[in-house]
Amino acid sequence: MTTPVTTLAAASRGINGVALAVFVFFFLAVTVMGFLAARWRRAEQSASLDEWGLGGRSFGTWITWFLLGGDLYTAYTFVAVPAAIYTAGASGFFAVPYTILVYPLIFTFLPRLWSVSHRHGYVTTSDFVRGRFGSKGLSLAVALTGLLATMPYIALQLVGIQAVLDVMGVGGGEHANWFVKDLPLLIAFAVLAAYTYSSGLRAPALIAFVKDGLIYLVIVVAIIYIPIKLGGFGEIFHSAKETLAVHGPTGKPRGELASGPNAQWAYATLALGSALALFMYPHSITATLSSRSRNVIRRNTTILPLYSLMLGLLALLGFMAIKAGTDTRGNAQLAIPQLFADMFPSWFAGVAFAAIGIGALVPAAIMSIAAANLFTRNVYKDFLKPAATPEQEHKVAKLVSLLVKVGALVFVLTMDKTVAINFQLLGGIWILQTMPALVGGLFTRWFHRWALLAGWAIGMVYGTLAAYGVASPTQKHFGGSSAEIPGIGEIGYIGLTAFVLNVVVTVVLTVVLKALKAPEGTDETVPADYTADLGDKGVTADLPPATTGAPAGH
Amino acid sequence: MAEKAASPDRRPVVTPTRVVAGLCLLAPFIAMLWVSSYARIEPTLIGIPFFYWYQMAWVLISTALTAVAYKLVQREQRARKGGAVR
Repeated sequence: MTTPVTTLAAASRGINGVALAVFVFFFLAVTVMGFLAARWRRAEQSASLDEWGLGGRSFGTWITWFLLGGDLYTAYTFVAVPAAIYTAGASGFFAVPYTILVYPLIFTFLPRLWSVSHRHGYVTTSDFVRGRFGSKGLSLAVALTGLLATMPYIALQLVGIQAVLDVMGVGGGEHANWFVKDLPLLIAFAVLAAYTYSSGLRAPALIAFVKDGLIYLVIVVAIIYIPIKLGGFGEIFHSAKETLAVHGPTGKPRGELASGPNAQWAYATLALGSALALFMYPHSITATLSSRSRNVIRRNTTILPLYSLMLGLLALLGFMAIKAGTDTRGNAQLAIPQLFADMFPSWFAGVAFAAIGIGALVPAAIMSIAAANLFTRNVYKDFLKPAATPEQEHKVAKLVSLLVKVGALVFVLTMDKTVAINFQLLGGIWILQTMPALVGGLFTRWFHRWALLAGWAIGMVYGTLAAYGVASPTQKHFGGSSAEIPGIGEIGYIGLTAFVLNVVVTVVLTVVLKALKAPEGTDETVPADYTADLGDKGVTADLPPATTGAPAGH
Repeated sequence: MAEKAASPDRRPVVTPTRVVAGLCLLAPFIAMLWVSSYARIEPTLIGIPFFYWYQMAWVLISTALTAVAYKLVQREQRARKGGAVR
């Protein structure tokens, strides 16, 4: 999309040397940290999935806060959300209600999952689903969904890094061939893969401190310095209003300043659907299970919203980019990095770019580790090699963390990058379909396992087909994540529609299967498991190393 | 959404404390999903339209509500443990 306003920022297109040097400095520093992280808080027994994949499950409030924050505070925050605001105004702000709603949900659901997982040694949601419903098929469905859904989310992080590299002038430009163009991205990617491989969850946990320090610094500076330079918020929104009202090539205004009557369903369903999806992702679960107690999780939900406030402020940068007339060269993802480059002195632009780049690497690492945990436990060990030793599991997990990142690269190279926020929403469509089994299972054993499986399948097929059918100005398929809700006629988030369909099918089939007396499967959990806390019988903060092979009904 | 189910001991599952905590957790959903209640420009705050500052204000409100819910749940847990074991 080209900006109709005249571009004030005819910044030089060459390589920004100072910014690049600062960026490379920070990047090297965290890389060294990433490799050294393997020694941090190390336990004696290190070659197990618990150690590599959950950091020994010993993280307290603060580290958990950084880890969970790492999930939320990603390239999504810095690049995709402001870009969505830059492109279409109010509709992109749904990210704020989304992150508001996440915490009450975590507060309600995840302590129960923590308890049952620490009683039975579950590392993933699939472990829990298998134990609860006695169904390997359902567990496999949950695992594969988690793997699939994580890939576009990691891809979003790569898009963020790419945007920064482009603005620094090392993206190769449009005329370079694809290899030269993507080379810096591939290097960043290789570094990420290497230290995740060697250090596991400890690497992103340690780097998260640096990342958050940088990010807070950049946000505080940006949110004070840029409005002053642009003449205040009144000016910014006045200009944004005029720009958004200009009719685009489709004959409609580009966007609105406050969500109009036709956009409100989409706004609410996107917020709710994303919130429900976020804590089902394998990486949110990984961060949660690596905490020391139930209370660490709950206490965290009272301090994590700090991140949402920052997200809101960052989102407003999208309007500042409109006012500043930032030249995005047809790619809205460049709006914020380019704004930084235009507004800040070079050295501070470098700091800001480092914040975005590292802010993308940390979650990408956490996500790929989580996906690897999932594959190892629930596909490799359950189906391919039941007799695997902890060392073998450890090795497979490391390899899969690489493969997942390659999958993410495929998404980056094949999907429409101009609306990168859709990467996250597409993952959400899929991961939401595991909610009936997971959250339903946390509270009740009423649902029938086959009904859950059928509901999941219907939700997945509907969601994927509906998303496939959405076109964008630049792409025929997978161009967006909202479509008309059948029966209501309003535009809404596909993920939530598919989820409702999923629940309806599950409930109906459960009634039918119960009437037919279909076998229910064994439930290895008891009600007390869901409220157990640290210090109760059978619950330990550090699960014994044997955990990977014990004790849940293999 | 499901409320807190099955408690380990034979105490009532629904207690006044839990109801209040539940309402604290429910309030943000009503406020945020009712988009038409805040989809307007006026009144602005330091130049920021209502739509934006209202939602950001809810970050703080929901944080406070979650903190209240946390304190309530924690207090009840302590009371239960104290009564049951010690």
